[in-house]
Amino acid sequence: MRAAGESLAATSAESPAGSFDVRKVRNDFPALQQKIYGQPLVYLDNAATTQKPRAVLNALHRFYEEDCANIHRGVHLLSERATQAYEDARGKVQHFLNAAMAREIIFVRGTTEGINLVAQTYGRKNLRAGDEVLITAMEHHSNIVPWQMTCEEKGAILRVAPINDRGELRLDEFERMLGPRTKFVSLVQVSNALGTINPVRDLIAMAHRWNAPVLIDGAQAVPHLKVDVQELDCDFYVFSGHKLFGPTGIGVLYGKERWLEAMPPYQGGGDMISSVTFEKTTYNALPYKFEAGTPNIAGTIGLGAAIDYVNQIELDAGAAHEHRLLVYATEAVSHIPGVRVIGTAREKAGVLSFVIEGIHAHDVGTILDQLGIAVRTGHHCAMPVMERFGVPATTRASLAFYNTKEEMDALSAGIHKALEVFR
Amino acid sequence: MPDLKELYQQVILDHNKNPQNFHKVEDANRQAEGYNTLCGDRITLYARLENDVITDVGFEGTGCAIFKASASLMTQALKGKTKAEAEALFDKVHKMLTGELDPSTQGNQLGKLAVFSGVCEFPVRVKCATLAWHTLKAALEAKNEIVSTE
Repeated sequence: MRAAGESLAATSAESPAGSFDVRKVRNDFPALQQKIYGQPLVYLDNAATTQKPRAVLNALHRFYEEDCANIHRGVHLLSERATQAYEDARGKVQHFLNAAMAREIIFVRGTTEGINLVAQTYGRKNLRAGDEVLITAMEHHSNIVPWQMTCEEKGAILRVAPINDRGELRLDEFERMLGPRTKFVSLVQVSNALGTINPVRDLIAMAHRWNAPVLIDGAQAVPHLKVDVQELDCDFYVFSGHKLFGPTGIGVLYGKERWLEAMPPYQGGGDMISSVTFEKTTYNALPYKFEAGTPNIAGTIGLGAAIDYVNQIELDAGAAHEHRLLVYATEAVSHIPGVRVIGTAREKAGVLSFVIEGIHAHDVGTILDQLGIAVRTGHHCAMPVMERFGVPATTRASLAFYNTKEEMDALSAGIHKALEVFR
Repeated sequence: MPDLKELYQQVILDHNKNPQNFHKVEDANRQAEGYNTLCGDRITLYARLENDVITDVGFEGTGCAIFKASASLMTQALKGKTKAEAEALFDKVHKMLTGELDPSTQGNQLGKLAVFSGVCEFPVRVKCATLAWHTLKAALEAKNEIVSTE
């Protein structure tokens, strides 16, 4: 897998031949086999959600057909099997992120819920009037709004580190904005709207010099980059299962044990308690303190299967393949007259966002759809990013390792078609 | 398969490029804003209503071709119409966009607006074509006249 330090140019110089067999991999994804209006589906909306391999679908099916039971309380065999599968998935996530302990892995609905959990528990407990929370100008709404809510409640100040015209974080400004009042830093590892990879390890080290804990939004990072939370030394890390070839409605919050222990629970209910009387409730130990109610058991097991899947295919080669496609498509698309690529960071993963002069992104999206090409058009839940670049919306093609060079050519041809319709 | 040529008819492409009444109406006494969160279309609609008749109407905003052409052709169709006539026209346009009214067989009550008949084949685009109309409705229904901020 590509490490966050490699440059776009260096990777593009690699030989196109690799051990990665994209044809074989595509056969693992039933949804990719279909036709759209009689043409092969070209799925380039992977930053919104990824398609699911058969192994994940089978795991979901198997759970409901054979092991369906509630977890952590039944004495019967089905409950035992379900509990085992659920906790096995936690172990898979732990190894995937290289977390020190399984109890540092909390299952949530997705990235959004993970960030809200931290803002509502750590944030509400620790932020005081005049304290500062630092985010960046390339955050998804899910890493803006939860902090706005907590800051408003506590009288804290939300500060935003700026980006440059390439869509890169201005490191000098980021460092300058840190200080004794910075009590929390929350930032994205890979931008969903621009594809920019932030040098999060360095940024975390900068924040730690001011003793500010750091949350990393890894939603767009985990499908493309190898993540080691201990090596990054992040305090929290969140991602969504469905962007990692797993089911929707399941995600992960990693937190360092010492923070999680000190944080109050997020929601009250079953499973998060060890004893309840009407006078007093004693909360359960980690990770269960943060998992109130019956969780998404099938989704968790599906996520475990997705992690097994990405571990068993050669993901290093897969990520390199995907990155070559990104470089190839960026080169082709940016040479089409009237096309402007939005987000030209030196370090990028998975995203090609662009605007076409005189054609609104929504019209581009409809024309591409007619050719079987699925892209996202709009503001990508990052309206401040759109404002920064002075565009109301972009067309975003986002890649996964199962995409092909032919699909990149189809995208270029689709853009030419849009230009022809609007000529 | 829906036909792109049905959606992007020449009239629509022309109005996208050169929208009519694409300006603020200085003596407007009705105003409303509309926003389509799906794709970011944004409109400010201005109208002047005199004795229940729309004497002038214009718009500002950004958005896709369907949105812009729809707003442009709408403003052209509205001038001189009463409030009730405008609302009846929206009803017909809405029926056409949702496939309940076929302008080719049910008489040409819609005039130039019939160019949007292809939109019903593209359900996600219906909102683009109706945004200006919904905003018009909001403007006409406003009980208080907009106070000019200038």
